[in-house]
Amino acid sequence: MASIFTRRPLVSVEHLTHHYGPKRTQPVIDDVSIALHEGEIVGLLGRSGSGKSTLLRSIAGLLHPDQGDVRFAAREDANPDVAMVFQTFALFPWLTVQQNVELGLEARRVAPAERRARALAAIDLIGLDGFENAYPKELSGGMRQRVGLARAIVVDPALLLLDEPFSALDVLTAETLRTDLLDLWSEGRMPIKSMLLVTHNIEEAVLMCDRILVFSSNPGRVAAEIEVKLPQPRDRLDPDFRAMVDAIYARMTARPAGTPARDGLFPGTGISMALPHVSTNSIAGLIEEVDAQPFDGKAALAELGDSLGLEIDELFPIAETLQLLRFAELRGADLVLTPQARRYAGADVDQRKAIFGHALIAHVPLAQHIRRILDERASHRATGSRFRDELEDHMSPDYADATLRTVTQWGRYAEIFAFDEDQDSFSLEDPA
Amino acid sequence: MSETTFRTRVLRASPRLWIGLAPNRADLIAFILLAAIAAAALKGIGGTVGPITELAQHPITLDPANLPWYALRTTLRMFAALFASLGFTFVFATLAARSRRAAQIIVPMLDILQSVPILGFLTFTVTFFMGLFPGQVMGAELASIFAIFTSQAWNMAFSFYQSLRTVPSDLDEVSHGFALSPVRRFLRLDLPFATPALVWNAMMSMSGGWFFVVASEAITVGNTTVALPGLGSWLAIAIERQDFAAIWMAVGAMAIVILLYDQLVFRPVVAWADRFRFEQTAGSDRPKSWAYDLFRATQMLPLIFAPVTALGRLLLALDLGGRTRPASAPARPRGEWLWRALVVAALGYGIWTLADYVAATLTWRDAAAVFGLALLTLLRVVVLIAVASVIWVPIGVWIGLRPAWAERLQPVAQFLSAFPANILFPFAVILIVRFHLNPAIWLSPLMILGTQWYILFNVIAGASAIPTDLREAAGMFGVRGWQWWRQVALPAVFPYFVTGALTASGGSWNASIVAEVVVWGHERLEAPGLGAWIAKATAAGNYPRVALGIATMSAFVLAFNHLVWRPMYRFAERRLRLA
Repeated sequence: MASIFTRRPLVSVEHLTHHYGPKRTQPVIDDVSIALHEGEIVGLLGRSGSGKSTLLRSIAGLLHPDQGDVRFAAREDANPDVAMVFQTFALFPWLTVQQNVELGLEARRVAPAERRARALAAIDLIGLDGFENAYPKELSGGMRQRVGLARAIVVDPALLLLDEPFSALDVLTAETLRTDLLDLWSEGRMPIKSMLLVTHNIEEAVLMCDRILVFSSNPGRVAAEIEVKLPQPRDRLDPDFRAMVDAIYARMTARPAGTPARDGLFPGTGISMALPHVSTNSIAGLIEEVDAQPFDGKAALAELGDSLGLEIDELFPIAETLQLLRFAELRGADLVLTPQARRYAGADVDQRKAIFGHALIAHVPLAQHIRRILDERASHRATGSRFRDELEDHMSPDYADATLRTVTQWGRYAEIFAFDEDQDSFSLEDPA
Repeated sequence: MSETTFRTRVLRASPRLWIGLAPNRADLIAFILLAAIAAAALKGIGGTVGPITELAQHPITLDPANLPWYALRTTLRMFAALFASLGFTFVFATLAARSRRAAQIIVPMLDILQSVPILGFLTFTVTFFMGLFPGQVMGAELASIFAIFTSQAWNMAFSFYQSLRTVPSDLDEVSHGFALSPVRRFLRLDLPFATPALVWNAMMSMSGGWFFVVASEAITVGNTTVALPGLGSWLAIAIERQDFAAIWMAVGAMAIVILLYDQLVFRPVVAWADRFRFEQTAGSDRPKSWAYDLFRATQMLPLIFAPVTALGRLLLALDLGGRTRPASAPARPRGEWLWRALVVAALGYGIWTLADYVAATLTWRDAAAVFGLALLTLLRVVVLIAVASVIWVPIGVWIGLRPAWAERLQPVAQFLSAFPANILFPFAVILIVRFHLNPAIWLSPLMILGTQWYILFNVIAGASAIPTDLREAAGMFGVRGWQWWRQVALPAVFPYFVTGALTASGGSWNASIVAEVVVWGHERLEAPGLGAWIAKATAAGNYPRVALGIATMSAFVLAFNHLVWRPMYRFAERRLRLA
C-alpha cells in the first residue's frame, strides 16, 4: 500500500459533478473524486443511474463534466492515453477485423506499414490470428469483443476503460474472456498500466479487481471503497470470495442509518417519487421464489441473484419495490418477507389483487393520489396529462413518463383504477 | 464450424489473393463494357458545348436513327443531375447534421422544397440559366439538369441527414475516443453508415427524374422555345404531330435505357452497398447482380474506383486535423436568440418581397380565384388517393403475402414507377375526345398515374413484413373476411400505407401542373384547377401569376402534410408499428 501512495496517480478525478435533465438540474454524479494508480484494476460498481458511465466517459474525454477536473500523469491537456472497450463492441460492420483494429492508429497518422505490423501483433495477442480479413458479422459475440479489446490496446493506452465489456456475452464466453484478459494482464503482455472496469455484476468485480468503488445512486457518489486482497487467480467457490460478495450486496442495499424504511429507496418523496419499471409479474415472482423452499421467507440476495439468474441491475429494483410496498425488509444482505407477503404468496388471484391494492394505496403516494382524485370527481375521470404535468414539476419528462407507466400497470393489476390509452384518461370503471 | 471452413470463408473476402495476375475473360467483357460506356458518355458530353443556334440548325427529327443519340443525351442529363444531387446531399445534409444552427435552416427548407411543385419553377430557372450562358446550349442544358436535380435532391438529402442523425452512439463514441478528424470521421463512419439508405433514395429519385426530363427538355417560356436533343423533345414533337409510332418508339427507347442503367449501375451499386448495412448478423438473402460479380472477378475494380478512392485520399491529404467536437458542447443563450431573430427577419423579408411582387400586378380577386382552383385540385387529389388506395391496398396485401409473387412483381412495379406517366397523356386525350367525356373529371386520373405506385410499393413491403406468427394465429382462430382485413391486414400495413400515400399525394399535386392541361396536336383539353392555372401562366410568361400559383400550391401541400399525414404517421408509429 505504501508504495502506491508515494507515486503520483496515473489519473486523478477531482470533484467531478455533472447534471442531466432539461434544465440540467438533476445531478448524475455529485462531487466524485477518485485516483487510479499504476498496476491496479479498479472496479466501478453501481446500478444504472449511479453515474458510473458518466464518470467513465468523462475520463475518456467523451463528455465534459459541468464541474471538476480529470488529470493525467503524463500530460495535462487532453486525454491521450486512454482507450475504451464497449459493452456493445462498437465495431464498424463495414471494416474488416484488421481495419477496425487499425482505426485508432490511422487517426493518429501512423504510417501504413507500422500500422499493419502493430495491428497484426495486437490481433495475434488477443487470439484472433487468422481472422484479420473477416468482417464483424462473421464473428461470434466473444470474438467481436476480442476485436474491441485489440482495437483498444493497439494504441498503447496507459489506462484501459472497460464499459461492462462482458455483459452482452453468454456466461461461458464471458468467463473465458475474463480469464484471458486477466492472464494477459498478470503476465504483463499488454502495454496497459491500469484498467478501470464498469460493471453491475458483483462477482465479476470481486473476481477481477484490486479495488472496488461502490457507487450510490441519485446522485452518484462513491459510497464505499473496498480493497480486494484475495490472491489471483481467484476462485468463486472460495469462502472468502463468497463472504466478500455477500458483504458488497449488504453494502449496496444499506441505507444511511436513521432513515425510515420507505424513504430514500427511490429518488423524490411523496407523489414525486420516481418509480422503477418493475412489473407486477416480477414482484409476484420474487415473492413466490423467496416464500418457497429452500428460502422459506428469507434469502441472501447473492444467492437469490444466482438462482434467478438476475444481475443486481435487475434484482435490486424488484427487491426495493417489495420494500416500498412493505412486502419485504432488507436485513444485511438478506431479503426477509413480511407476513403480508407470505399471505400474498398463498392467496388466490382475487385475494392477491386485494392485498396488492391495499399495499399500493397505503404505501405508494402517487397511486393514492390518483385514486383520491378519481374518487373526488363526479365523473370519476381524469386525464393522464394532468398527472404527467404534475410529475414533470419534480422530475424530467422521461422519468415522469416511466413513473406514470409503472403506477398505471400496478393500478390496473390491483384494479384500483383503469386507464384508457387512446383517450389518455384514468377512470374508476372497469372496461366492459 | 471447424477452423478450416472458417479460413476459406475468411480468405474469400479478399479476391485478389486467389485470382491470378493474367487478364481473364471477365476482364475482357468488363473492359468492352466500360470502354463503350466511356465513349458514349464523352460523345454525349461533347454535344452540350456550342452556340444555341446549333439547336435551330439541327432541329429534332422523328428519325429512328437519331433515337439512340437522343436517349443517350437524356440519360447523361439524368446522371449529371444525380451527381449534382449527391454533391448537394453531401454538403448540405452533413452541414445540417453537424451544426445545429445550419439544421434550423436547412431542415425546414428541405421539408418545404420537397413539397413545392417543381414544374412551376421551370419558368424562373430557365430564364436564370439562359442568362448565365447567353447564346450557349449549356444554358438550356443546365436548366434541364436543374429541373431534374430539383426532383432528386431533397429526398436524398433528407435520407442522408436522417442517417447521420441516427449513427449508433457507440460508434460515435469510438470516433470521438480515437479523436478522428471530421474528414476521417465522415469517410469512415458517416458515409458508410448512410450509404444503403442513400442508394435506395437515389434509385427512387432517378425514377422520379424521368417525369421531369420529359417536361423539361422542350420548354416554352413566353416567346422563347428551346428543344434540347433528347427523348423529351422527341415526345413533344411526336405529340405535336400526332405521331403514334414515334411515341411507341420513345416508350421502347426509355424502357431499354431504364433496363440498362438498372442492370449496369444500380444493381451493382446495391449489391456493393450491402456491405454497409448496419447489422451484426450475416443476412441470408443478399442482393445479387451479374455486373457486380463480373467487375469483382476482374482486376479492374480498383481502376473503376480509382477516381473515388483518389478523391478520398485527396480529402485525407488536405485534412487539417483537429477533432470533431463532442455534441454536448453547451449552447450560449444570447447567441441563440440573435440567430433566431436573424432567421425570422430573413424569412419575413422573403415573404414580404414575394407578396410585394405579386401584389404589384394582381388583385385580391386573383388570390380568391387561385384559392378556389386550389380547392378544386385538392378535391381531385383526395378523391384520387382514396380511389387508388381502394384499388391498390388489397392488391398490395395479396402480393405481399405471397413472397413468390412479390419477388416476381417487384421489378415490374419498379419499372412501372420509373416510367414517366406523362408519355401516356396523349392516349387519354384521344379517349376523352372520342367518347365526349368531361375533361374536368376524366383528366384527373392522369395526376395519379405516375404516383400510385408508391402506394402499391409500400403496401407490398408492409404486407410482407407481417410476422408469420401473427398470420398463423389469425389462421388458427379462423379469422377471415372483413374481420381479417380490419384486425390483421389493415393495421399491419397502415404505417407503410401512410408513407406511400404521403409521397403519392405530394407527387399528384406536382403532376397536376402537366395533367390539368393536356395537348395532342391541335386537340387541347383543360380541367379547371390550380395546375392548369400555373401551366397557363407559365406558357404566357406571366411571372407574378406563376409565383402566386406556386406559393398557393406549396401552402396547400405543406398544410395537408402537417394536418393530415403527419398526425396519421404519428398515430401509426405509436400504435401500429410491429416490433
